[in-house]
Amino acid sequence: MNPQRTLATAGRVLSQVRHDPRTIALLLVVPSLLIGLLAWIFSDTPVFATIGPGMIALFPFIVMFLVTSITTLRERRTGTLERLLSMPLGKGDLILGYTLAFGLLAVAQSSVAVGFAVWVCGLEISGSIWLLLAVAVADAVLGTTLGLLASAFARTEFQVVQFMPALVFPQILLGGIFLPRDQLPDVLRAISDWLPLSHAIDALQAVATDAQDAAYVGGELLIIGAWIVGAVVLGSVTLRRRTP
Amino acid sequence: MVNESASAVEVTDLHVRRGKHPVLHGLSVSVPRGVVVGLLGPSGCGKTTLLRTIVGVQVVQSGTVTVLGREAGSASLRHRVGYVTQDASVYDDLTVRQNLQYFRAVLGAPRSDVERVLSLTDLTSQAGQLVGSLSGGQRSRVSLAAALLGSPDLLVLDEPTVGLDPLLRVELWTLFHQLAAAGTSLIVSSHVMDEASRCDRLLLMRDGEILADDTPAGLLTSTGTEDTEGAFLALIRKHPLDSSDRSDS
Repeated sequence: MNPQRTLATAGRVLSQVRHDPRTIALLLVVPSLLIGLLAWIFSDTPVFATIGPGMIALFPFIVMFLVTSITTLRERRTGTLERLLSMPLGKGDLILGYTLAFGLLAVAQSSVAVGFAVWVCGLEISGSIWLLLAVAVADAVLGTTLGLLASAFARTEFQVVQFMPALVFPQILLGGIFLPRDQLPDVLRAISDWLPLSHAIDALQAVATDAQDAAYVGGELLIIGAWIVGAVVLGSVTLRRRTP
Repeated sequence: MVNESASAVEVTDLHVRRGKHPVLHGLSVSVPRGVVVGLLGPSGCGKTTLLRTIVGVQVVQSGTVTVLGREAGSASLRHRVGYVTQDASVYDDLTVRQNLQYFRAVLGAPRSDVERVLSLTDLTSQAGQLVGSLSGGQRSRVSLAAALLGSPDLLVLDEPTVGLDPLLRVELWTLFHQLAAAGTSLIVSSHVMDEASRCDRLLLMRDGEILADDTPAGLLTSTGTEDTEGAFLALIRKHPLDSSDRSDS
């Protein structure tokens, strides 16, 4: 591991994205549009106020997961990964470089999504909006690192697209958006306690309603952070310099 | 026998399978330093697998591969071996210069190296273009330029001249010999037999085995043929494919 190589990798990934303005536009706009659509659907009901915070967690998480896993898979398919791994680039440099680059995009994306939800869609946030943003960013970075992990396992684009429903959908179903987590059957409740998206949604709802103190939100952030670190480490370990 | 320190690559009894299919079965070969060695053979004979093994990115069943006196794929070799894969392994959505700047940073080579390899591969005027907008021949030259960064001691080039126009091919072979004269060892694979005469030494490969390891002139003399194509055919007739050949190693 070497900070210069990590930063060079992050810079390279960002340059690649910069050459594709449409991707940047989609990354920044799509989650906000979906949140806006949801606000419109529930415009005459109190539903948006309860599920809105969860949506700030959900859409950036999914988008970042997909974008990251496909970008890194493309690196594998075009042979550039093989070239890099025959060079003195640490496996951690590659994974961390990607995490930094997409983490930066995640900050931009979450800021737009939070701003749009609060100021355009009128989502009421009783707690600190900065804390809300912090959780949203952590959650989008989590999507990035899980996407990196998925693409380390996947061998084809088809497999990556399958990893989406396999890794992401259960977290959505058990995350408390469809049914509050304390009303889930005991086994599912216990499982959902271990899933990172549950904690992201809990934290966002806590900030929105100001029901808990900052220490509680900080604890949830730590859990998400642990998942991020775990995914980066596991992704680095899974990557092989030699392939069959 | 070739002295260990005098050879760039030493392969002994190498067994490699890709998927369920055994590709190399007990291959041994030695590649001298400071010359251009041609690895020739038909598509699918195991050239790429052998090159991947030398670079250290191929899972190996058994056998030893020593590169520049060290075990293939060891960390200290990653600065010293340049590798060009068959398909240009560069980023289409970056410019030529951005590609080279990134690989330069990964290698830790001096900044001036980017301009040096651009001019070596005659890409200076395309440096600001996106790689995705270049022709196939130009893309493969970008891939070659990336491998030249940091002036590696060994260059492993998998079919670097495929699809290039004749003039460019001559230029590249001149470059290869310039590099060899400066002390670089080169292994260049090709399935085009007429490139054989440009190499200092030839390895003829067929079905995972080395049929001949000789100079171009020596090969023609020993087979009594006029060109490499004929020499290859003569060797195949002398070594008919036989399953007993394979199991005894």
